[in-house]
Amino acid sequence: MPKDSGIGASSKRREDIRFLTGAGNYTDDINIHGQAYVHFLRADVAHATINSVDTSAASQMPGVLHIFTGSDFEPIGGLPCGWQVTDKHGEPMQEPKHPVLAHGKIRHVGEPIAAVVAETYAQARDAAEEIELSLTDLPAVMDMKKAVAEGATKVHDDLTSNLCYDWGFVEENKAATDAAFEKAAHVTTLELVNNRLVANPMEPRVAVGDYSAADDMHTLYTTSQNPHVIRLLMGAFVLGIPEHRLRVVAPDVGGGFGTKIFHYAEEAFCTFAAKQLRRPVKWTSSRSEAFLSDAHGRDHVTKIELALDAENNFTALRTETFANMGAYLSTFAPSVPTWLHGTLMAGNYKTPLIYVNVKAVFTNTIPVDAYRGAGRPEATFQLERVVDKAARELGVDPIALRRQNFVTEFPYATPVAVEYDTGDYEATMAKLEEIADIGGFAARRAESEKNGKMRGLGVNCYIEACGIAPSNLVGQLGARAGLYDAATVRVNATGSISVMVGAHSHGQGHETSFPQVISEMIGIPEDQIDIVHGDTSKIPFGMGTYGSRSLAVCGSAMVRAAEKVINKAKKIAAHLLEASDADIELKDGQFTVAGTDKSVAWGDVTLAAYVPHNYPLEDIEPGLEETAFYDPANFTYPAGAYACEVEVDPDTGKVTIERFSAADDFGNVINPMIVSGQVHGGIAQGIGQALLENCAYDENGQLISASYMDYAMPRADDLPFYEVDHSCQTPCTHNPLGVKGCGEAGAIGSPPSVVNAVIDALQSAGKDVTHIDMPLTPARVWDAMQG
Amino acid sequence: MYAFEIERPGTLADAVNALKGEDAQALGGGQTLIPTLKARLAMPATLVSLSGIGEMKGVCIGDDGAVCIGGATTHAAVVREAAAHYPALADLASHIGDPAVRNRGTIGGSLANNDPSACYPSAVLGSGATIITNARDIVADEFFDGMFATALDEGEVITEVRFPVPEKANYQKFVQPASRFALVGVFVAKYSDGVRVAVTGASEDGVFRWSEAEEALSRDFSADAIGGLEVSADGMIADLHGSSAYRAHLVKVMTGRAVVAAA
Ligand SMILES: Cc1cc2nc3c(=O)[nH]c(=O)nc-3n(C[C@H](O)[C@H](O)[C@H](O)COP(=O)(O)OP(=O)(O)OC[C@H]3O[C@@H](n4cnc5c(N)ncnc54)[C@H](O)[C@@H]3O)c2cc1C
Repeated sequence: MPKDSGIGASSKRREDIRFLTGAGNYTDDINIHGQAYVHFLRADVAHATINSVDTSAASQMPGVLHIFTGSDFEPIGGLPCGWQVTDKHGEPMQEPKHPVLAHGKIRHVGEPIAAVVAETYAQARDAAEEIELSLTDLPAVMDMKKAVAEGATKVHDDLTSNLCYDWGFVEENKAATDAAFEKAAHVTTLELVNNRLVANPMEPRVAVGDYSAADDMHTLYTTSQNPHVIRLLMGAFVLGIPEHRLRVVAPDVGGGFGTKIFHYAEEAFCTFAAKQLRRPVKWTSSRSEAFLSDAHGRDHVTKIELALDAENNFTALRTETFANMGAYLSTFAPSVPTWLHGTLMAGNYKTPLIYVNVKAVFTNTIPVDAYRGAGRPEATFQLERVVDKAARELGVDPIALRRQNFVTEFPYATPVAVEYDTGDYEATMAKLEEIADIGGFAARRAESEKNGKMRGLGVNCYIEACGIAPSNLVGQLGARAGLYDAATVRVNATGSISVMVGAHSHGQGHETSFPQVISEMIGIPEDQIDIVHGDTSKIPFGMGTYGSRSLAVCGSAMVRAAEKVINKAKKIAAHLLEASDADIELKDGQFTVAGTDKSVAWGDVTLAAYVPHNYPLEDIEPGLEETAFYDPANFTYPAGAYACEVEVDPDTGKVTIERFSAADDFGNVINPMIVSGQVHGGIAQGIGQALLENCAYDENGQLISASYMDYAMPRADDLPFYEVDHSCQTPCTHNPLGVKGCGEAGAIGSPPSVVNAVIDALQSAGKDVTHIDMPLTPARVWDAMQG
Repeated sequence: MYAFEIERPGTLADAVNALKGEDAQALGGGQTLIPTLKARLAMPATLVSLSGIGEMKGVCIGDDGAVCIGGATTHAAVVREAAAHYPALADLASHIGDPAVRNRGTIGGSLANNDPSACYPSAVLGSGATIITNARDIVADEFFDGMFATALDEGEVITEVRFPVPEKANYQKFVQPASRFALVGVFVAKYSDGVRVAVTGASEDGVFRWSEAEEALSRDFSADAIGGLEVSADGMIADLHGSSAYRAHLVKVMTGRAVVAAA
C-alpha cells in the first residue's frame, strides 16, 4: 500500500496551487514605491578597446537619473570567483579581474558597458541609444586550441596567456596510466565536443536593489538559488557591506538549473545604485538579454582513450579536455571541469588507472559555469561514449562490457579521489533491462525497418557526486566557502511548525517534501508544517540549492534540528507525565511512557513549552526551537542505467525518440512523484542537449543562436513518455535520511544513451559512422551518413 | 519598442487612407511586426490595425470556383473554413507556429512579409494564386521578389488571395528545429493543365518554382518521376541548421513525399 503522507508518500506539490493559479510572487512582481529602472548598454562586439564612453547627450534625455560607466566602479571590487584551482605544477590558476561594468576593454558580446537609470524602463532604453562609444575592434579569441597557442591574442592583457589553468588529475598516476596504455590489448579513442548550452530557465533574471538611509540597510531582491551565497560574495567582496546591513531575498524563482547560483554584475549594480541614487533600482532581463548575460554551460572539447586487456577489462583511462571559461571566471566556473568532472571519470567501473588533464581557456565569449549536472554530464558523456565505442570495435554487447567492469564492492575508493559509499549497479542495469524491454528491441527494430526507418538502442550508466559537499574536503580543493547547510525548526505554541531552511526551492518541491520528513518524525499532519526559505533575514546561514544537495545536506540539518526539538519535547512530556525522559516515546503525535497507557499529545507539550505554568524551568528553557548546521562527511553517489531507442529517417537524418527508460538509485526516496518529476525534467534537458540545443558563435564572437528562432529548446512533442524507476535503493550510509539526491541525474544520464542509440541505428544499417557531435540535428546526422 | 500611434479603421477605405500618413504601417496579426518593434528594429509613427476590417476576413468561394481568403484572415480561420474546399491549404495553415500564432497571424501579413522560410508563399506560388490589393491584382509569379521583398508598393494592402483549387495537392514541411518554420517546405499542386511545385525555406532568393520537377510530374504524377532529377546546392541557404547541400537534398525528398501524400 502506498503511503498517503510522510516519507515515501507522493504528496501533491502544495506550491503548485500558487504557481498554477498565478499567485506566485516572483522578483519581477516586487515593485517598491519610487523605484527607478536600469537598462544596460551591452557590447555588440566580442573584443575591443574602449577609447571613450560619452554619456553627455544621453544624460540630458527625458527621465534619466544617472548613467554609470566602468569608471564609477573602479574604486569598488570586481565580481569574485568562488573557487581557486591549483594547476598541475602546484600554481594557482590565472584569475582575471571581472568588472561590474566593462572598463578599458570589452571582452564578450553582451558585456555591460554602461547602465542608464531612469524613471521608466523605456526612457532608460531611449537614453542608452544616445551613448556614444568609441571602440577599437580587436580580433576575437574563439577557438580554444588556438587561444592557447603561442602568440595568440590575449583576452586579458595582464595575464600571461589565455590559459586559466592546466590541471592534471591525479598527476601521480600519469606515468602508470601511460604505461598501462603501452601494454593494452586494445585502445579505443574518441574525440568529441560537449556542446555549449544556454540554461533558459522559464523566468529570466531580475534584480531589485533597495536602500534605507535611515538605518543604512541594503536589500537586494534577486532571482537566486542561494541568497546567502549572494550576500556573502556581494557584501564581502564587491560592495563592502557588512552582513547585518545587507538582506538578500530570493522569492519565488522560476527555475534555475545552475544559472542562478552565480553572483552577477546586475545584482551588484542594482544594490550599489540604489544607495547612490537613494531610489530603488530594478532590472528585468529580457529573453534576448538572458542569452547574452546568463552564464552558459558545458563547452568542452575532449579526447578520451580507454585501454582494455585481452579479456576486455578496462585497464586505464586517459583524457585531455579543453574547457571554455568564457571571458571571465563566473562564480564556480573553475570547479566545474575539475573537481566536478575529473572525480567522476571512474564512472561505474573499476578502471584501476585514470589520468585526467583539463586546460581551462579564456575566450571572447560569455562566461561558462555550472548547468544542471555541472561537470558530471561532461564526464558521463565521454566515458559512456568511449565504452560504447569500445564495445562496437570489439564486437561485444555494450551492456555485457559494462557489466563485466562494474564496481561491485562498496565502499569503493576510485583512483580519482572519491569513495563511493554504496551502490548496486547490477541492480539498476537489471531493472533497466526490464523496464526498457530490451528483449523486445529486435522485434521493434524489425517493425521500424518495415516502415523504412533505422532503429537503434543505446544504453549508458552514470554515477554522480551529489550532496555537495564536505567543507573540509572542498576547502582543500580550492572552494572559498563552506558547503554545509542549516535549518531552524520553530515549533509554535499550538504545535504547528515553521522550518527555516538554507536550501532554496525553485521547482524542486521542497515546500512539500521537507514537511513530509518532519511529519514522519513527529507524527503530525504535513499541513501543520511549513517551510520558510529564500530570505537571509529569516533563515539561518545555509548555502542554497545546487548539486542535488537540498535534501541530502539541508534536509539532514533539518532532521538534526528536529531531533533536538524532539529530545527537548520528550523532557517536557516526561515532566507532564511524571516519568523519566528515557522512558518517553513519540509516535503519531503522542508522547507515551513506555509500557504504560499514560500519554500526552504533541500539542499539549508544545503549549506547555510556551505557556510554562507547569514546567521544569530550573532544568530547561521554555520555548521549542532548534537550529542545526550539517556538514556532510562525503558526497552522495546516485547512480543508474538509462536506455534510449530512436528511429532515424534515412532520407532526412531526423531522429525521433521512441522510448526512453531510466533506472535510478537515489537511496531512500521521500516523495516518489516529485522524484519522477525531477528525472523527467532532467531527461528533457539531456535530450535537448543531445538532439536540439546548440549555443553557437561565429568566428567574430557573435552569438548566432541568440533567440528561440535559432536556439532549439526541447518541446513536449520532441519527447516520448518516459519509463522511470527508482525502486533500486541503496541508502546513503552517511546522512540521516539515507538519501542521495535526484535533481541532476536525468540531465547527466541521458545524453550518452541518445547518441549511442543513433550510432547503433546507423551502424546497424551499415553506415560507417562512429561518432556525431551533439546536438544530433537532422542536418548533422544526414551529413554523417553521407560519409 | 518605440512609442507609436495606433489606428483601428473599420473599413478598407479608412485603412488605405490612414496608411497614407507619414511612417504609417499596416498591422496584421503582429506575429512578425510586434517582435520586430520590441527589438527596436522598426520605428513606425502609426500602426494601422487591419484586424477590425470585416470585409478583409473570412473564406469564400468565387464564381470561378477559386477559394478566396480575406487578407486579414487568421491562420486558424483558414484551418477551419478552408478545410472543406482546399484541404492541402488548410493543412498547411494548421502547421504554422502554435495556436497563439495561428489565432493572431494572418495570410496577408505572412505574404507581405515574405519570410524566406514562411509556409504560405509556397502555397500561393504553388497554386498560381492571385493576390488582390486595394490597387490591383498581382499573379503569384510576379508577387514574390526575393527574401522579405514583394511587388507591393508602400501603403498597399493585401485584401484577398484567390486560390484556384487543384485536383490534388499537398504541402510537406521539414521544420527548422528551433523556430519550426520551414527548413524546407514544398507545395505540390496538380491541375488539369499541369503540376506546380513551389519550394520555400531553401533558397537565398526566397520561394521558387522547381520547374524540372513540374515538367516531370506533369508527365507522370509519381515520386518516381523525379527520381532522376538533382537539385543544385547553388544559391541554397546555408546556416546553423543545415548546409546548402542538405537543403537541396531535402527539396527533392519533400517533393517526393508531397507527391505521394497528394496522390
Ligand atoms: C512563434 C512563431 C512561429 C511561427 N511559425 C511560422 C511557421 O511555421 N510558418 C510560417 O509561415 N510563419 C510562421 N510564423 C509567422 C506567422 O505566420 C505570422 O503570422 C506572419 O509571418 C505575419 O503575419 P501577421 O498577420 O502576424 O503580420 P504582422 O506581423 O502584423 O505584419 C507583418 C508585415 O506585413 C505587413 N502586413 C500585415 N498585413 C498586411 C496586409 N494585409 N497587407 C499588406 N501588408 C500587411 C505589416 O505591415 C508587416 O510589415 C510564426 C510566427 C511566430 C511568432
